[in-house]
Amino acid sequence: MPSRDPFSDPFTGEESGRSIIELRGISRSFGTQEVLRNVSLDVRAGETVCLIGESGCGKSVTMKIMASLMKPTAGDVLWNNVPIKERSDEELVRDRLRFGYLFQGAALFDSLSVFENIAFGLRQNTKMSDSFLEAIVAERLKDVGMSPASAHKMPSQLSGGMRKRVGLARTLALMPDIILYDEPTTGLDPVMIDVINTLILKTRKRRPVTSVIVTHEMSTVRKVADRVIMFYPLSRLEPGESQIVFEGTPEEAFSSDDPRVSQFVYGEAGERMQELALL
Amino acid sequence: MSSVPALQRKTIIHTFGQLIIEFVQAVGDLALFATTMLRWLCRGLPRRIVVFESMYEVGVRSIPVVLITGMFIGMVLAVQGYQQFHLMRMETRMGAVINMALVAELGPVLAATMLAGRVGSAMAAQLGTMRVTEQIDALRALGANPIQYLVVPRFLSCFLLIPLLTVMADAIGVAGGWVFSTQVLGVDATYYWHYSTEYVAAWDVGAGILKSMFFGAAIALIACHRGFNCGSGAEGVGRAATSSFVLSFIVILVLDFFLGMFLNELYWTIWPGPSSFV
Repeated sequence: MPSRDPFSDPFTGEESGRSIIELRGISRSFGTQEVLRNVSLDVRAGETVCLIGESGCGKSVTMKIMASLMKPTAGDVLWNNVPIKERSDEELVRDRLRFGYLFQGAALFDSLSVFENIAFGLRQNTKMSDSFLEAIVAERLKDVGMSPASAHKMPSQLSGGMRKRVGLARTLALMPDIILYDEPTTGLDPVMIDVINTLILKTRKRRPVTSVIVTHEMSTVRKVADRVIMFYPLSRLEPGESQIVFEGTPEEAFSSDDPRVSQFVYGEAGERMQELALL
Repeated sequence: MSSVPALQRKTIIHTFGQLIIEFVQAVGDLALFATTMLRWLCRGLPRRIVVFESMYEVGVRSIPVVLITGMFIGMVLAVQGYQQFHLMRMETRMGAVINMALVAELGPVLAATMLAGRVGSAMAAQLGTMRVTEQIDALRALGANPIQYLVVPRFLSCFLLIPLLTVMADAIGVAGGWVFSTQVLGVDATYYWHYSTEYVAAWDVGAGILKSMFFGAAIALIACHRGFNCGSGAEGVGRAATSSFVLSFIVILVLDFFLGMFLNELYWTIWPGPSSFV
């Protein structure tokens, strides 16, 4: 597969630091339940951004909207400063391939083997020969620390950590410029969490990718993030208050005076205990 | 603009109105889904292996259940019809009734019902699970269109293979009815076939097969639509599977009625005869 330099690519921008994904005034509701209200943020080329916040505050929804896997109820999504609604369906499908998406539960296709899962995107979008595909799949498996022999296993035969790693291998197979990780370490043991964190760093070191990570794991934030954005649930905000309650470096997050931020990053219940007891 | 005061009490009119709105929304949503599917069908087929896998699941693996039900329905018709025909000393005419009922109605409807139960529910559950576990989003993220990759092969399999399953159900039902009538009930085989061929025409067989194609299309669309719009968790998947079967069964019967009317009218238009429904 021909390699692309994402920073000289017309889609991803010419230089590091340029905004490549921008959300402007995004709102999203499911029926009568509003999850996101007027959220604006941007992701710059080459950086690693961690989205943190309580469960249900809209982090994963934000990431799906970023990748155009979900439409916002209101607001604009811009890729490389161009609103995606100005793109045709074909352009949208083509440009979406610049994104790699590691889903929360890995979202491996149950009916396909590990090999078929990793080769899926390549089969779908290129005309590579089987021997070439085999070589790429073996290489991607090696990248995530798995043996080529596991290519013939079915997803049901894999442990949680292995599924995540196969998911990452599938994500990397198309050589994306931007990788979106949706809770990559949730449900894994501490050692496997560090393995995934290291793989994220290795991926970034190998190629200059932009990464957005939704996580609750502060070790991931400390280890890989350049910037942290913290979301807060709408139900606990005053009217008119911004849903993004913090934006800064990991160091700033860990030294924040805002009790909402410090409680989250240090995992302290605080007044939430009283709130829950009242329920 | 003056605001409308909120109604305090929900009357039966509100409930009825709500049901009508939900029904229109559901039909509109299904129609949009079908239109999108047809658009992707016209754009091109997914990889051959994907279509063949779906055809194997829908066609080949449905053969045993269709054959068993078809055979027993043929024999049941013989058992139930014999007493009545015997009282009138007309048991030699049983073949006409059994075979007509099979090729025109029971063969297509039973094959479709079996398909809705065996394949439709499984499709809804499978696609529902894929939705719940984000596999449908993963398809889109990997550059595949979920409608083209998941719905088009299932639609083609149901639409193209249900006529074959119907022919099998017809054939085994006719054979079952004949064997039971002539070998067990002692009806004369020559007259049995004579009256069968006299009353059952190629039109009846063709009409049954044509109807089955509509049933197959409806089953695939309803099952895939239910799966794609499945609620969250195991409960959502279960509901999608159940509602897929119930809705498919209702639609099969409604379609059977209207297509039956239409095809009869068409028959009498082409070959004018003494009677017509409308």
